[in-house]
Amino acid sequence: MNIKVSPDYILQVRGLKKSYGGIKALNGIFFDLRKGEVHALMGENGAGKSTFMKILAGLEKPDSGEIFFEGSPYKPTSVQASLQKGISMIHQELLSVPELTVAQNLFLGKEHTRFGKRWLDENKNRQEAEKWLNKLGIDISPSAKMKSLSVAEMQMVEMAKALSNDAKVIIMDEPTSALSDREADRLFETIRDLQSKGVSIIYISHKMEEIFRIADTITVFRDGRYIESKPADAFDTSSLITAMVGRKLNDIFPDNSAEKGAIIYTVRKLTRKPAFDNITFDLHAGEILGISGLVGAGRTELARVLYGLDRADSGEVWLHGEPLLPDSPQTALKKGIGYVSEDRKTLGLITQLSILKNISLSSIGRYSTYGFVNEKNEKKAVTKLAQQLRIKASSLDQRVETLSGGNQQKVAIAKVLMAKPKVIILDEPTRGIDIGAKIEVYQLIRQLACEGLGVILISSELPEITGLCDRVLVLSQGKQTALLNRSQISPEKIMYHAVPR
Amino acid sequence: MKNIKFANLGQYGIIIAFVLICMLMAVLHPSFLTLSNMRVILTQVSINTLLAFGVTFVIITGGIDLSLGSVLAVSGIVAALLAHPDSYPLVVPIAAGIGTGLLVGAFNGLVITKSKVPPFIVTLATMTIARGLALIFSKGRPVSNLSDSFNFIGGGQIAGIPFPIIILIITFVACGLLLHKTTWGRYMYAVGGNELAAKASGINVGKVKMLVYTLCGGLAGLAGILLTSRITTGQPNAGIGFELDAIAAAIIGGASTSGGTGTIVGTLFGALIIGVISNGLDLMNVSSYYQLVIKGFIIVSAVVLDSLNKDS
Repeated sequence: MNIKVSPDYILQVRGLKKSYGGIKALNGIFFDLRKGEVHALMGENGAGKSTFMKILAGLEKPDSGEIFFEGSPYKPTSVQASLQKGISMIHQELLSVPELTVAQNLFLGKEHTRFGKRWLDENKNRQEAEKWLNKLGIDISPSAKMKSLSVAEMQMVEMAKALSNDAKVIIMDEPTSALSDREADRLFETIRDLQSKGVSIIYISHKMEEIFRIADTITVFRDGRYIESKPADAFDTSSLITAMVGRKLNDIFPDNSAEKGAIIYTVRKLTRKPAFDNITFDLHAGEILGISGLVGAGRTELARVLYGLDRADSGEVWLHGEPLLPDSPQTALKKGIGYVSEDRKTLGLITQLSILKNISLSSIGRYSTYGFVNEKNEKKAVTKLAQQLRIKASSLDQRVETLSGGNQQKVAIAKVLMAKPKVIILDEPTRGIDIGAKIEVYQLIRQLACEGLGVILISSELPEITGLCDRVLVLSQGKQTALLNRSQISPEKIMYHAVPR
Repeated sequence: MKNIKFANLGQYGIIIAFVLICMLMAVLHPSFLTLSNMRVILTQVSINTLLAFGVTFVIITGGIDLSLGSVLAVSGIVAALLAHPDSYPLVVPIAAGIGTGLLVGAFNGLVITKSKVPPFIVTLATMTIARGLALIFSKGRPVSNLSDSFNFIGGGQIAGIPFPIIILIITFVACGLLLHKTTWGRYMYAVGGNELAAKASGINVGKVKMLVYTLCGGLAGLAGILLTSRITTGQPNAGIGFELDAIAAAIIGGASTSGGTGTIVGTLFGALIIGVISNGLDLMNVSSYYQLVIKGFIIVSAVVLDSLNKDS
């Protein structure tokens, strides 16, 4: 890291510090951003990435340290000031107005007008919007309503908006978290386009694959400190993880030495059109069965039917020899099927309730008599589970919304475990959580299998499937294309069966 | 740690506000702090408090009930029609009055759970239906000549305590236990906090909603009996606008219309604050027109304070 300020860099940060109360969120951050590069910022949750981003975007003020923009000192004071300088942030939760059109969103707050400042010139707005969209090669009608767009398209509009604001630096926080692979590809093309126009991108993502694909430079933060910064090709997955976590990781995935038990769960010719058709598999006690496939293969839809959130058209399911096609999650839970949703914030957790109340939600019936909750027993059981899963919180009364993604996921899993299922379906259990927490979740999944549960693991991350699963069911466009044994599992084979033809 | 402190402050804030308002009233008017005036206040707030408890459940699940005032009226009329001297035993008008409320509430719950129509619209329609029923049953005229035993409910005393206050206390305890000690209460918060997640957690969301609207209707029925008995007449036009006072009490007491928050203690103090202020203004001979304006401002300030507290 060179300490000198140089004009080759659009943005340079020296010794930035920021505390909240007694907690040091940033404790000496250094960062150099070249013109026209894609610069990935990596680190676990709590490493200080978002605080740093917020400071750059003018949402927070640093306690000390210096920022140089195009070689001269710069103090971001407000979002407006940052925008004016040319620093735009594309938020994880996109901030657009769904009922307005693309053009109206693009120029929100800076509309083209005539006859003075208040009379909208919709035609001009549309034409200008089209111009900016074309510049990025985005094929979206400016008069389409924002709500009719996919998440990927909305992001592209946001990028066009940033470009129209004369952005020199665009900050992207987990832009692909809601995108399919194909949509992500389009996003990367747009990023390349921006790059070729001399725009610098600061890119945050947990997905390693993506980072190595798109980034020119990688900077790693850990515990609010700058760790290192190197060209992307000087890193590999394991050295990057080591830098982020701060310790060597010989083995991310636990050994799978579990003994497979008897068949406990049987699915035959299960069909719900058009999502999936004719699915057949068995699940043993102590087994981890992976379900793999591309977006739209019908994985989550299958899980929803098994859990009683949706109905099947036809087919049969048995648990311990007893027919079980649940008509509601209530029945499923009662019979011993648990489901941890891929979407923990909307389907998994009541985020404004406490950890305790979330974990016991599915099973307080067992801790109450005549409807009155026995709070002592409830707390005892929840405490035990929280310790087992190593949920990190100041107390069980802490609200779930204040927890990190990894801890939230553990709460969601704990809730299902508390209902004592025999089969647990985990849908993308590591989505959006950092690598340290991922490893803990992997160990937990293996441990559950060792305790004799049947585990169904749905994941888009191939290394998870290949590293954890005993067998893999591959789906492609709703059809079952393969059921691979341990010895047959490889990324190539899974992809071969997953790609539609 | 910081968050926890704020939450506690928020909970006690309503009680502190109540005490401050009482002190202010006591300074402004000497007879405010007398025992007999306290009795008057509690008797006066009892009806609004019953309605407010009911609507608190509904608001916690993320819903709203605008039909309360009309349900109160139709329940009161049904009770009054069965409460003439020497007609039926006392239990009949009481059961019929509460039953009417439960029925209308269940109707609300059924339509809301079986259709996707927002509670605001459904209960707005029920508000008209129930008012119409009250006018039909009473032929548009007040129903008077009620038995002494029925009139005791709203006007009688036991050991010097007005009977409405006794009903208020019993309902307070029952509602508090239901909301804070039972699985049903837990489920109400879950449904209001995140309906999808509640469903996926194995909670029968429809049943919870049925329960809260039915319960809310039943409490409105009880309030209708109380009012009819206190004024010794069934009035088909009784209770117009009562739902707004009830909702205001719940919101001043910390319930949020977006669902997931609210407590019975909070609502009780919300209703008490409204009651104390109108009582104090009455004592000072402030015209009821001005009282409306003042009440409105108090509701706005309570909600603004609450949102400021949340932001911090």
